[in-house]
Amino acid sequence: MNEFEIGTPRVLGDTVIEVLGLTKNFGPILAVDHVSLSIREGEVFGLLGPNGAGKTTTLSMLATLLKPTEGTAHVDGHDILKEPDAVRRSIGIVFQDPSSDDILTGRENLYLHALMYGVEANVREQRIREALQLVDLEDRADSLVKTYSGGMRRRLELARGLLHRPKILFLDEPTLGLDPQTREHIWRYIRRLVEQERVTIILTTHYMDEAEHLCDQVAIIDDGRIVALDRPERLKQIIGGDIVRLRIKNPRLSPVKELAYVLKVEQAGDYLLLTVKNSSLHLQEILRLVGNVESVELRTPTLNDVFLHYTGHEIREAEAEGGFFERAARARANR
Amino acid sequence: MMTELEGLYALWYRELKVFLREKSRIVSSLFTPLLWIVVLGTGLGSSVSLNGTNYQVFIFPGVLAMTVLFSSIFFGLYIVWDKRIDFFKEVLVAPLSRLTIFAGKMLGGCTDALIQGALMLAFGVFLGVSFTAEKVAMTMIFMLTLASATVSVGLVIGSRMESPEGFNLIISFLVFPLFFLSGALFPINNLPAWLGTFTVLNPITYAVDGMRAVMLGTSAFPVIMDFGVLLGFSIVMIVIGSIAFSRMS
Repeated sequence: MNEFEIGTPRVLGDTVIEVLGLTKNFGPILAVDHVSLSIREGEVFGLLGPNGAGKTTTLSMLATLLKPTEGTAHVDGHDILKEPDAVRRSIGIVFQDPSSDDILTGRENLYLHALMYGVEANVREQRIREALQLVDLEDRADSLVKTYSGGMRRRLELARGLLHRPKILFLDEPTLGLDPQTREHIWRYIRRLVEQERVTIILTTHYMDEAEHLCDQVAIIDDGRIVALDRPERLKQIIGGDIVRLRIKNPRLSPVKELAYVLKVEQAGDYLLLTVKNSSLHLQEILRLVGNVESVELRTPTLNDVFLHYTGHEIREAEAEGGFFERAARARANR
Repeated sequence: MMTELEGLYALWYRELKVFLREKSRIVSSLFTPLLWIVVLGTGLGSSVSLNGTNYQVFIFPGVLAMTVLFSSIFFGLYIVWDKRIDFFKEVLVAPLSRLTIFAGKMLGGCTDALIQGALMLAFGVFLGVSFTAEKVAMTMIFMLTLASATVSVGLVIGSRMESPEGFNLIISFLVFPLFFLSGALFPINNLPAWLGTFTVLNPITYAVDGMRAVMLGTSAFPVIMDFGVLLGFSIVMIVIGSIAFSRMS
Protein backbone atom coordinates (compact mmCIF):
# COMPACT_ATOMS: atom_id res chain seq x y z
CA MET A 1 0.00 0.00 0.00
CA ASN A 2 2.78 2.40 0.76
CA GLU A 3 6.52 2.17 0.91
CA PHE A 4 6.75 2.62 4.64
CA GLU A 5 4.64 -0.36 5.57
CA ILE A 6 6.70 -3.04 7.18
CA GLY A 7 6.37 -6.14 5.03
CA THR A 8 7.84 -8.72 7.31
CA PRO A 9 8.49 -7.94 10.94
CA ARG A 10 12.19 -7.30 11.36
CA VAL A 11 14.18 -9.39 13.73
CA LEU A 12 14.30 -7.52 16.98
CA GLY A 13 17.06 -7.87 19.53
CA ASP A 14 17.13 -7.67 23.29
CA THR A 15 15.52 -5.00 25.40
CA VAL A 16 17.53 -1.77 25.19
CA ILE A 17 15.20 0.55 27.07
CA GLU A 18 13.34 -0.47 30.17
CA VAL A 19 11.17 2.20 31.75
CA LEU A 20 9.99 1.51 35.29
CA GLY A 21 7.22 3.61 36.79
CA LEU A 22 8.65 6.84 35.47
CA THR A 23 6.87 9.85 36.99
CA LYS A 24 7.36 13.60 36.78
CA ASN A 25 5.58 16.34 38.67
CA PHE A 26 5.87 20.01 37.91
CA GLY A 27 4.52 21.36 41.15
CA PRO A 28 0.93 20.21 41.38
CA ILE A 29 0.87 19.14 37.73
CA LEU A 30 1.44 15.48 37.07
CA ALA A 31 3.12 15.48 33.65
CA VAL A 32 4.13 11.83 33.49
CA ASP A 33 2.28 9.31 35.60
CA HIS A 34 4.02 5.98 36.32
CA VAL A 35 4.97 5.13 32.75
CA SER A 36 6.42 1.66 32.27
CA LEU A 37 7.43 0.15 28.97
CA SER A 38 10.21 -1.75 27.30
CA ILE A 39 11.73 -1.24 23.89
CA ARG A 40 13.75 -3.78 21.98
CA GLU A 41 16.81 -3.26 19.86
CA GLY A 42 16.11 -2.25 16.28
CA GLU A 43 12.58 -1.14 17.04
CA VAL A 44 10.89 2.09 16.06
CA PHE A 45 8.85 2.94 19.11
CA GLY A 46 6.31 5.74 19.00
CA LEU A 47 4.84 7.76 21.85
CA LEU A 48 1.59 9.03 20.41
CA GLY A 49 -0.52 11.63 22.12
CA PRO A 50 -1.77 15.20 22.04
CA ASN A 51 0.35 18.15 23.09
CA GLY A 52 0.82 18.26 26.81
CA ALA A 53 0.34 14.50 27.16
CA GLY A 54 3.83 14.13 28.61
CA LYS A 55 5.67 12.75 25.59
CA THR A 56 8.51 15.27 25.52
CA THR A 57 8.84 15.14 29.29
CA THR A 58 9.23 11.36 29.10
CA LEU A 59 11.84 11.71 26.38
CA SER A 60 13.73 14.39 28.32
CA MET A 61 13.92 12.12 31.34
CA LEU A 62 15.23 9.23 29.25
CA ALA A 63 17.82 11.58 27.74
CA THR A 64 18.90 12.63 31.28
CA LEU A 65 17.88 16.23 30.68
CA LEU A 66 15.23 16.07 33.40
CA LYS A 67 15.29 14.24 36.70
CA PRO A 68 12.24 12.05 37.32
CA THR A 69 10.23 12.66 40.47
CA GLU A 70 9.78 8.94 40.87
CA GLY A 71 10.75 5.74 39.08
CA THR A 72 13.67 5.24 36.76
CA ALA A 73 14.70 3.74 33.44
CA HIS A 74 17.54 1.72 32.02
CA VAL A 75 18.87 2.91 28.71
CA ASP A 76 21.32 0.55 27.03
CA GLY A 77 21.81 -1.11 30.40
CA HIS A 78 22.57 2.12 32.26
CA ASP A 79 20.39 3.63 34.93
CA ILE A 80 19.37 7.19 33.97
CA LEU A 81 19.70 8.31 37.60
CA LYS A 82 22.94 6.60 38.54
CA GLU A 83 24.88 6.71 35.28
CA PRO A 84 23.66 9.69 33.26
CA ASP A 85 27.05 10.05 31.54
CA ALA A 86 26.99 6.47 30.26
CA VAL A 87 23.42 7.01 29.05
CA ARG A 88 24.48 10.13 27.17
CA ARG A 89 27.18 8.25 25.36
CA SER A 90 24.65 5.65 24.16
CA ILE A 91 22.05 8.03 22.84
CA GLY A 92 21.52 10.63 20.17
CA ILE A 93 18.69 13.11 20.29
CA VAL A 94 16.93 15.31 17.78
CA PHE A 95 14.96 18.01 19.52
CA GLN A 96 11.57 19.37 18.64
CA ASP A 97 12.91 22.88 18.13
CA PRO A 98 15.65 23.57 15.62
CA SER A 99 18.92 23.20 17.46
CA SER A 100 21.56 23.63 14.79
CA ASP A 101 23.59 26.80 14.62
CA ASP A 102 22.26 28.67 11.64
CA ILE A 103 25.23 30.97 11.32
CA LEU A 104 27.45 27.93 10.73
CA THR A 105 27.41 25.61 7.74
CA GLY A 106 25.92 22.13 7.87
CA ARG A 107 29.37 20.60 7.82
CA GLU A 108 30.60 22.86 10.63
CA ASN A 109 27.62 21.88 12.76
CA LEU A 110 28.44 18.23 12.25
CA TYR A 111 32.14 18.83 12.94
CA LEU A 112 31.41 20.54 16.26
CA HIS A 113 29.03 17.78 17.23
CA ALA A 114 31.63 15.15 16.40
CA LEU A 115 34.14 16.93 18.64
CA MET A 116 31.71 17.28 21.52
CA TYR A 117 30.59 13.68 21.33
CA GLY A 118 34.08 12.26 21.22
CA VAL A 119 34.10 10.92 17.66
CA GLU A 120 37.71 9.95 17.10
CA ALA A 121 39.81 12.15 14.86
CA ASN A 122 40.71 9.45 12.32
CA VAL A 123 37.09 8.60 11.50
CA ARG A 124 35.61 12.09 11.90
CA GLU A 125 35.76 13.20 8.27
CA GLN A 126 34.43 9.91 7.02
CA ARG A 127 31.53 9.82 9.48
CA ILE A 128 30.53 13.34 8.54
CA ARG A 129 30.61 12.41 4.87
CA GLU A 130 28.54 9.29 5.46
CA ALA A 131 26.00 11.10 7.60
CA LEU A 132 25.59 13.81 4.97
CA GLN A 133 25.16 11.14 2.33
CA LEU A 134 22.53 9.33 4.35
CA VAL A 135 20.30 12.40 4.46
CA ASP A 136 21.21 13.62 0.94
CA LEU A 137 22.75 16.88 2.05
CA GLU A 138 26.22 16.54 0.52
CA ASP A 139 25.71 19.27 -2.05
CA ARG A 140 24.50 21.78 0.53
CA ALA A 141 26.92 20.84 3.29
CA ASP A 142 28.95 24.02 2.95
CA SER A 143 26.05 26.46 2.91
CA LEU A 144 25.05 28.28 6.07
CA VAL A 145 22.21 26.53 7.86
CA LYS A 146 20.12 29.71 7.74
CA THR A 147 19.75 29.15 3.99
CA TYR A 148 18.26 25.67 4.56
CA SER A 149 14.59 24.83 4.34
CA GLY A 150 12.81 23.39 7.38
CA GLY A 151 13.08 19.88 5.98
CA MET A 152 16.79 20.25 5.31
CA ARG A 153 17.39 21.41 8.87
CA ARG A 154 15.57 18.39 10.20
CA ARG A 155 17.67 16.15 7.96
CA LEU A 156 20.85 17.83 9.17
CA GLU A 157 19.76 17.24 12.74
CA LEU A 158 19.02 13.59 11.98
CA ALA A 159 22.51 13.27 10.53
CA ARG A 160 23.97 14.98 13.56
CA GLY A 161 22.09 12.70 15.94
CA LEU A 162 23.74 9.71 14.27
CA LEU A 163 27.27 11.00 13.97
CA HIS A 164 28.59 9.37 17.12
CA ARG A 165 26.88 6.07 16.25
CA PRO A 166 24.45 6.01 19.15
CA LYS A 167 22.64 2.75 19.79
CA ILE A 168 19.47 4.65 20.49
CA LEU A 169 18.14 7.74 18.78
CA PHE A 170 15.45 9.93 20.32
CA LEU A 171 13.34 11.98 17.95
CA ASP A 172 10.99 14.56 19.42
CA GLU A 173 8.22 15.28 16.91
CA PRO A 174 10.50 14.66 13.92
CA THR A 175 8.13 16.11 11.33
CA LEU A 176 6.31 18.80 13.29
CA GLY A 177 5.15 21.60 11.03
CA LEU A 178 6.66 20.16 7.85
CA ASP A 179 4.68 19.85 4.63
CA PRO A 180 3.38 16.38 3.69
CA GLN A 181 5.99 15.73 1.02
CA THR A 182 8.87 16.66 3.29
CA ARG A 183 7.39 14.54 6.03
CA GLU A 184 7.37 11.49 3.78
CA HIS A 185 11.01 12.17 2.96
CA ILE A 186 11.91 12.36 6.62
CA TRP A 187 10.08 9.09 7.22
CA ARG A 188 12.10 7.50 4.48
CA TYR A 189 15.33 8.74 6.05
CA ILE A 190 14.29 7.41 9.42
CA ARG A 191 13.55 4.00 7.95
CA ARG A 192 16.89 4.10 6.21
CA LEU A 193 18.62 4.75 9.51
CA VAL A 194 16.92 1.81 11.11
CA GLU A 195 17.76 -0.54 8.29
CA GLN A 196 21.33 0.58 7.60
CA GLU A 197 22.55 1.58 11.04
CA ARG A 198 20.38 -0.72 13.15
CA VAL A 199 19.64 2.01 15.64
CA THR A 200 16.71 1.78 17.96
CA ILE A 201 14.41 4.75 17.60
CA ILE A 202 12.03 6.21 20.09
CA LEU A 203 9.98 9.08 18.78
CA THR A 204 7.15 11.25 19.96
CA THR A 205 4.41 12.38 17.66
CA HIS A 206 0.90 13.67 17.65
CA TYR A 207 0.47 12.70 14.00
CA MET A 208 -1.57 9.51 13.64
CA ASP A 209 -0.24 8.73 10.20
CA GLU A 210 3.33 9.07 11.40
CA ALA A 211 2.76 6.57 14.19
CA GLU A 212 0.99 4.22 11.78
CA HIS A 213 3.53 4.33 8.98
CA LEU A 214 6.73 4.52 10.91
CA CYS A 215 6.39 2.70 14.20
CA ASP A 216 6.68 -0.97 15.06
CA GLN A 217 5.14 -0.30 18.46
CA VAL A 218 2.95 2.56 19.54
CA ALA A 219 2.20 3.67 23.07
CA ILE A 220 -0.86 5.89 23.18
CA ILE A 221 -0.30 8.40 25.90
CA ASP A 222 -2.85 10.80 27.33
CA ASP A 223 -2.62 12.92 30.48
CA GLY A 224 0.76 11.43 31.34
CA ARG A 225 -0.47 7.83 31.27
CA ILE A 226 -0.08 5.06 28.73
CA VAL A 227 -3.60 4.03 27.76
CA ALA A 228 -2.66 1.44 25.13
CA LEU A 229 0.53 -0.13 23.85
CA ASP A 230 0.82 -2.49 20.89
CA ARG A 231 1.70 -2.75 17.23
CA PRO A 232 -0.39 -0.31 15.16
CA GLU A 233 -2.27 -3.10 13.33
CA ARG A 234 -3.14 -4.79 16.60
CA LEU A 235 -4.31 -1.53 18.11
CA LYS A 236 -6.63 -1.00 15.19
CA GLN A 237 -8.08 -4.49 15.56
CA ILE A 238 -9.34 -3.42 18.96
CA ILE A 239 -11.98 -1.35 17.19
CA GLY A 240 -13.36 -4.63 15.86
CA GLY A 241 -14.86 -3.35 12.63
CA ASP A 242 -14.92 -0.61 10.04
CA ILE A 243 -15.99 2.94 10.56
CA VAL A 244 -19.11 4.12 8.76
CA ARG A 245 -19.63 7.85 8.90
CA LEU A 246 -23.00 9.15 7.80
CA ARG A 247 -24.09 12.72 7.30
CA ILE A 248 -27.70 12.67 8.32
CA LYS A 249 -30.31 14.84 9.99
CA ASN A 250 -32.67 13.11 12.44
CA PRO A 251 -31.36 9.55 12.15
CA ARG A 252 -33.50 6.69 13.38
CA LEU A 253 -31.16 5.35 15.99
CA SER A 254 -33.02 2.52 17.71
CA PRO A 255 -33.32 0.08 14.77
CA VAL A 256 -29.62 0.61 13.98
CA LYS A 257 -28.58 0.03 17.56
CA GLU A 258 -30.39 -3.31 17.57
CA LEU A 259 -28.33 -4.70 14.71
CA ALA A 260 -25.90 -7.32 16.01
CA TYR A 261 -23.09 -6.29 13.69
CA VAL A 262 -23.19 -2.64 14.74
CA LEU A 263 -20.71 -2.45 17.59
CA LYS A 264 -20.91 1.18 18.45
CA VAL A 265 -23.09 4.16 17.64
CA GLU A 266 -22.02 7.73 18.22
CA GLN A 267 -23.72 10.91 17.24
CA ALA A 268 -21.83 14.16 16.72
CA GLY A 269 -23.77 17.07 15.24
CA ASP A 270 -25.01 16.15 11.79
CA TYR A 271 -22.83 13.08 11.73
CA LEU A 272 -23.46 9.55 12.85
CA LEU A 273 -20.43 7.40 13.49
CA LEU A 274 -20.94 3.63 13.44
CA THR A 275 -18.48 0.85 14.08
CA VAL A 276 -19.60 -2.04 11.89
CA LYS A 277 -18.38 -5.61 11.51
CA ASN A 278 -18.07 -6.79 7.88
CA SER A 279 -19.40 -3.46 6.76
CA SER A 280 -19.49 -4.23 3.04
CA LEU A 281 -22.12 -6.94 3.64
CA HIS A 282 -24.31 -4.81 5.83
CA LEU A 283 -24.12 -1.29 4.50
CA GLN A 284 -27.32 -1.66 2.46
CA GLU A 285 -29.36 -2.64 5.46
CA ILE A 286 -28.00 0.15 7.62
CA LEU A 287 -28.78 2.76 4.99
CA ARG A 288 -32.30 1.43 4.62
CA LEU A 289 -32.98 1.59 8.36
CA VAL A 290 -31.34 4.82 9.36
CA GLY A 291 -33.26 7.33 7.27
CA ASN A 292 -32.36 9.98 4.71
CA VAL A 293 -28.62 9.93 4.38
CA GLU A 294 -26.87 12.87 2.72
CA SER A 295 -23.49 11.23 2.40
CA VAL A 296 -21.69 8.04 3.38
CA GLU A 297 -18.08 7.42 4.18
CA LEU A 298 -16.70 3.96 4.80
CA ARG A 299 -13.18 3.39 6.03
CA THR A 300 -11.00 1.03 7.96
CA PRO A 301 -10.14 2.21 11.44
CA THR A 302 -7.15 4.48 12.00
CA LEU A 303 -5.16 5.13 15.12
CA ASN A 304 -7.32 8.21 15.52
CA ASP A 305 -10.28 5.92 16.14
CA VAL A 306 -8.19 3.91 18.55
CA PHE A 307 -7.22 7.08 20.37
CA LEU A 308 -10.85 8.14 20.53
CA HIS A 309 -11.83 4.68 21.75
CA TYR A 310 -9.43 4.82 24.68
CA THR A 311 -9.53 8.47 25.68
CA GLY A 312 -12.98 9.62 24.61
CA HIS A 313 -11.49 12.56 22.73
CA GLU A 314 -9.56 13.16 19.53
CA ILE A 315 -6.05 14.38 19.04
CA ARG A 316 -6.53 17.78 17.50
CA GLU A 317 -3.62 18.24 15.18
CA ALA A 318 -4.34 21.93 14.74
CA GLU A 319 -3.28 22.42 18.33
CA ALA A 320 0.39 22.07 17.49
CA GLU A 321 2.36 24.76 19.25
CA GLY A 322 3.49 26.75 16.24
CA GLY A 323 5.04 25.35 13.10
CA PHE A 324 8.64 24.48 12.56
CA PHE A 325 9.27 27.50 10.39
CA GLU A 326 7.72 29.85 12.85
CA ARG A 327 10.00 28.55 15.55
CA ALA A 328 13.00 28.49 13.27
CA ALA A 329 12.34 32.13 12.47
CA ARG A 330 12.02 32.92 16.14
CA ALA A 331 15.25 31.14 16.94
CA ARG A 332 16.98 33.12 14.24
CA ALA A 333 15.58 36.44 15.36
CA ASN A 334 16.83 35.69 18.84
CA ARG A 335 20.43 35.21 17.84
CA MET B 1 40.17 13.46 29.11
CA MET B 2 40.84 13.74 25.40
CA THR B 3 37.12 14.02 24.78
CA GLU B 4 36.81 16.81 27.32
CA LEU B 5 39.61 18.77 25.67
CA GLU B 6 38.13 18.30 22.22
CA GLY B 7 34.75 19.30 23.58
CA LEU B 8 36.33 22.39 25.09
CA TYR B 9 37.90 23.21 21.76
CA ALA B 10 34.58 22.67 19.96
CA LEU B 11 32.74 25.03 22.30
CA TRP B 12 35.41 27.69 21.98
CA TYR B 13 35.65 27.27 18.22
CA ARG B 14 31.91 27.68 17.85
CA GLU B 15 31.91 30.97 19.75
CA LEU B 16 34.81 32.26 17.70
CA LYS B 17 33.20 31.31 14.37
CA VAL B 18 29.88 32.83 15.31
CA PHE B 19 31.61 35.98 16.52
CA LEU B 20 33.71 36.40 13.40
CA ARG B 21 30.72 35.85 11.17
CA GLU B 22 28.59 38.46 12.87
CA LYS B 23 30.56 41.50 11.80
CA SER B 24 27.80 43.81 12.96
CA ARG B 25 28.38 42.62 16.51
CA ILE B 26 32.01 43.72 16.38
CA VAL B 27 31.23 47.08 14.88
CA SER B 28 28.37 47.88 17.26
CA SER B 29 30.40 46.83 20.28
CA LEU B 30 33.13 49.29 19.38
CA PHE B 31 30.76 52.13 18.67
CA THR B 32 29.99 53.12 22.28
CA PRO B 33 33.61 53.11 23.51
CA LEU B 34 34.64 55.19 20.49
CA LEU B 35 31.90 57.65 21.31
CA TRP B 36 33.27 58.05 24.83
CA ILE B 37 36.80 58.59 23.58
CA VAL B 38 36.00 60.85 20.67
CA VAL B 39 33.13 62.91 22.03
CA LEU B 40 33.65 62.99 25.78
CA GLY B 41 37.41 62.81 25.45
CA THR B 42 37.60 65.68 23.01
CA GLY B 43 34.88 67.75 24.66
CA LEU B 44 36.22 67.56 28.20
CA GLY B 45 39.81 67.25 27.01
CA SER B 46 39.71 70.71 25.50
CA SER B 47 39.47 72.23 28.98
CA VAL B 48 40.61 69.47 31.37
CA SER B 49 44.02 67.97 31.80
CA LEU B 50 45.01 65.68 34.65
CA ASN B 51 48.52 65.81 36.10
CA GLY B 52 49.77 66.91 32.73
CA THR B 53 48.01 64.03 30.94
CA ASN B 54 45.57 64.85 28.18
CA TYR B 55 42.04 63.84 29.33
CA GLN B 56 41.41 61.80 26.23
CA VAL B 57 44.53 59.76 26.91
CA PHE B 58 43.69 59.58 30.61
CA ILE B 59 40.33 57.88 30.00
CA PHE B 60 41.71 55.60 27.30
CA PRO B 61 42.58 52.70 29.68
CA GLY B 62 39.17 53.15 31.30
CA VAL B 63 37.42 52.94 27.95
CA LEU B 64 39.44 49.81 27.13
CA ALA B 65 38.21 48.25 30.37
CA MET B 66 34.70 49.33 29.44
CA THR B 67 34.95 47.66 26.03
CA VAL B 68 35.96 44.40 27.67
CA LEU B 69 33.43 44.76 30.51
CA PHE B 70 30.45 45.44 28.26
CA SER B 71 31.13 42.83 25.64
CA SER B 72 32.02 40.12 28.14
CA ILE B 73 29.10 40.62 30.50
CA PHE B 74 26.69 40.78 27.58
CA PHE B 75 28.15 37.51 26.37
CA GLY B 76 25.99 35.90 29.05
CA LEU B 77 22.96 36.95 27.05
CA TYR B 78 23.78 34.35 24.40
CA ILE B 79 23.33 31.63 27.00
CA VAL B 80 19.83 32.91 27.69
CA TRP B 81 19.01 32.74 23.97
CA ASP B 82 20.69 29.41 23.51
CA LYS B 83 18.54 28.10 26.34
CA ARG B 84 15.36 29.43 24.78
CA ILE B 85 15.97 27.55 21.57
CA ASP B 86 17.02 23.95 21.87
CA PHE B 87 20.59 24.63 20.88
CA PHE B 88 21.94 24.57 24.39
CA LYS B 89 20.21 21.29 25.19
CA GLU B 90 22.27 19.75 22.45
CA VAL B 91 25.38 20.82 24.34
CA LEU B 92 24.02 19.81 27.74
CA VAL B 93 23.20 16.31 26.57
CA ALA B 94 26.72 15.81 25.19
CA PRO B 95 28.92 13.49 27.22
CA LEU B 96 30.94 16.43 28.58
CA SER B 97 31.31 17.61 32.15
CA ARG B 98 29.62 20.87 33.08
CA LEU B 99 33.01 22.26 33.98
CA THR B 100 34.15 21.74 30.40
CA ILE B 101 30.99 23.36 29.04
CA PHE B 102 31.52 26.34 31.31
CA ALA B 103 35.20 26.63 30.44
CA GLY B 104 34.48 26.42 26.69
CA LYS B 105 31.86 29.14 26.87
CA MET B 106 34.06 31.25 29.11
CA LEU B 107 37.09 31.03 26.85
CA GLY B 108 34.86 31.78 23.85
CA GLY B 109 33.59 34.91 25.56
CA CYS B 110 37.12 35.95 26.54
CA THR B 111 38.25 35.60 22.96
CA ASP B 112 35.41 37.81 21.71
CA ALA B 113 36.14 40.43 24.36
CA LEU B 114 39.86 40.31 23.75
CA ILE B 115 39.49 40.80 20.00
CA GLN B 116 37.35 43.86 20.65
CA GLY B 117 39.76 45.10 23.29
CA ALA B 118 42.68 44.68 20.89
CA LEU B 119 40.88 46.66 18.18
CA MET B 120 40.25 49.46 20.68
CA LEU B 121 43.84 49.28 21.82
CA ALA B 122 45.02 49.81 18.27
CA PHE B 123 42.88 52.94 18.17
CA GLY B 124 45.16 54.34 20.88
CA VAL B 125 47.75 55.05 18.20
CA PHE B 126 45.55 57.86 16.91
CA LEU B 127 45.41 59.38 20.39
CA GLY B 128 49.18 59.53 20.61
CA VAL B 129 49.57 56.79 23.23
CA SER B 130 53.11 55.48 22.93
CA PHE B 131 53.20 51.70 22.66
CA THR B 132 55.94 49.22 23.25
CA ALA B 133 55.65 45.45 22.83
CA GLU B 134 55.83 45.12 26.60
CA LYS B 135 53.03 47.65 27.18
CA VAL B 136 50.80 45.90 24.66
CA ALA B 137 51.47 42.47 26.16
CA MET B 138 50.79 43.62 29.71
CA THR B 139 47.63 45.47 28.69
CA MET B 140 46.40 42.33 26.93
CA ILE B 141 47.07 40.27 30.06
CA PHE B 142 45.04 42.74 32.12
CA MET B 143 42.23 42.65 29.58
CA LEU B 144 42.23 38.84 29.50
CA THR B 145 42.07 38.58 33.29
CA LEU B 146 39.29 41.15 33.40
CA ALA B 147 37.43 39.34 30.62
CA SER B 148 37.68 35.94 32.33
CA ALA B 149 36.10 37.46 35.45
CA THR B 150 33.35 39.44 33.75
CA VAL B 151 32.46 36.78 31.19
CA SER B 152 31.95 34.50 34.19
CA VAL B 153 29.69 37.11 35.79
CA GLY B 154 27.65 37.25 32.57
CA LEU B 155 27.46 33.46 32.33
CA VAL B 156 26.41 33.07 35.96
CA ILE B 157 23.58 35.56 35.47
CA GLY B 158 22.71 34.10 32.07
CA SER B 159 22.53 30.57 33.46
CA ARG B 160 19.96 31.69 36.04
CA MET B 161 17.78 33.85 33.81
CA GLU B 162 14.93 32.63 31.65
CA SER B 163 14.32 35.71 29.53
CA PRO B 164 16.57 38.17 27.69
CA GLU B 165 14.52 41.01 29.17
CA GLY B 166 15.30 39.86 32.69
CA PHE B 167 18.95 39.54 31.81
CA ASN B 168 19.09 43.05 30.38
CA LEU B 169 17.40 44.47 33.45
CA ILE B 170 19.91 42.92 35.84
CA ILE B 171 22.83 43.84 33.64
CA SER B 172 21.94 47.49 33.32
CA PHE B 173 21.82 47.70 37.10
CA LEU B 174 25.26 46.17 37.21
CA VAL B 175 27.28 47.32 34.22
CA PHE B 176 26.94 51.07 34.45
CA PRO B 177 27.64 51.33 38.19
CA LEU B 178 30.68 49.08 37.69
CA PHE B 179 31.89 51.34 34.91
CA PHE B 180 31.20 54.70 36.54
CA LEU B 181 32.62 53.64 39.90
CA SER B 182 35.82 52.26 38.42
CA GLY B 183 37.78 55.48 38.03
CA ALA B 184 37.62 55.05 34.27
CA LEU B 185 36.61 58.68 33.82
CA PHE B 186 38.25 60.40 36.80
CA PRO B 187 41.25 59.97 39.11
CA ILE B 188 40.33 58.13 42.32
CA ASN B 189 42.90 59.69 44.66
CA ASN B 190 40.90 62.64 45.97
CA LEU B 191 37.34 61.38 46.00
CA PRO B 192 34.81 62.09 48.79
CA ALA B 193 34.71 59.20 51.25
CA TRP B 194 31.42 57.63 50.06
CA LEU B 195 32.48 57.55 46.44
CA GLY B 196 35.98 56.44 47.32
CA THR B 197 34.62 53.48 49.27
CA PHE B 198 32.55 52.27 46.34
CA THR B 199 35.49 52.66 44.03
CA VAL B 200 37.87 50.70 46.23
CA LEU B 201 35.30 47.90 46.55
CA ASN B 202 34.77 47.71 42.79
CA PRO B 203 37.07 45.10 41.22
CA ILE B 204 36.94 46.88 37.86
CA THR B 205 38.83 49.77 39.48
CA TYR B 206 41.93 47.58 39.67
CA ALA B 207 41.73 46.65 36.00
CA VAL B 208 41.49 50.33 35.02
CA ASP B 209 44.21 51.36 37.43
CA GLY B 210 46.50 48.55 36.34
CA MET B 211 46.15 49.35 32.66
CA ARG B 212 46.67 53.02 33.38
CA ALA B 213 49.86 52.14 35.22
CA VAL B 214 51.07 50.00 32.32
CA MET B 215 50.21 52.44 29.56
CA LEU B 216 50.60 55.87 31.11
CA GLY B 217 52.81 55.20 34.10
CA THR B 218 50.39 56.79 36.59
CA SER B 219 48.27 54.82 39.01
CA ALA B 220 46.63 54.93 42.41
CA PHE B 221 47.83 51.48 43.50
CA PRO B 222 50.97 49.47 42.77
CA VAL B 223 50.51 47.54 39.55
CA ILE B 224 51.19 44.21 41.24
CA MET B 225 48.36 44.89 43.67
CA ASP B 226 46.04 45.80 40.80
CA PHE B 227 46.83 42.54 39.10
CA GLY B 228 46.53 40.51 42.31
CA VAL B 229 43.07 41.84 43.13
CA LEU B 230 41.91 41.35 39.54
CA LEU B 231 43.24 37.79 39.44
CA GLY B 232 41.53 37.01 42.75
CA PHE B 233 38.25 38.38 41.38
CA SER B 234 38.66 36.26 38.28
CA ILE B 235 39.30 33.04 40.21
CA VAL B 236 36.31 33.60 42.49
CA MET B 237 34.01 34.27 39.52
CA ILE B 238 35.26 31.24 37.61
CA VAL B 239 34.57 29.00 40.61
CA ILE B 240 31.07 30.48 41.02
CA GLY B 241 30.48 30.06 37.29
CA SER B 242 31.46 26.39 37.32
CA ILE B 243 29.11 25.77 40.22
CA ALA B 244 26.28 27.64 38.51
CA PHE B 245 26.72 25.53 35.37
CA SER B 246 26.88 22.25 37.24
CA ARG B 247 23.50 23.10 38.80
CA MET B 248 21.88 23.99 35.51
CA SER B 249 19.45 21.40 34.16
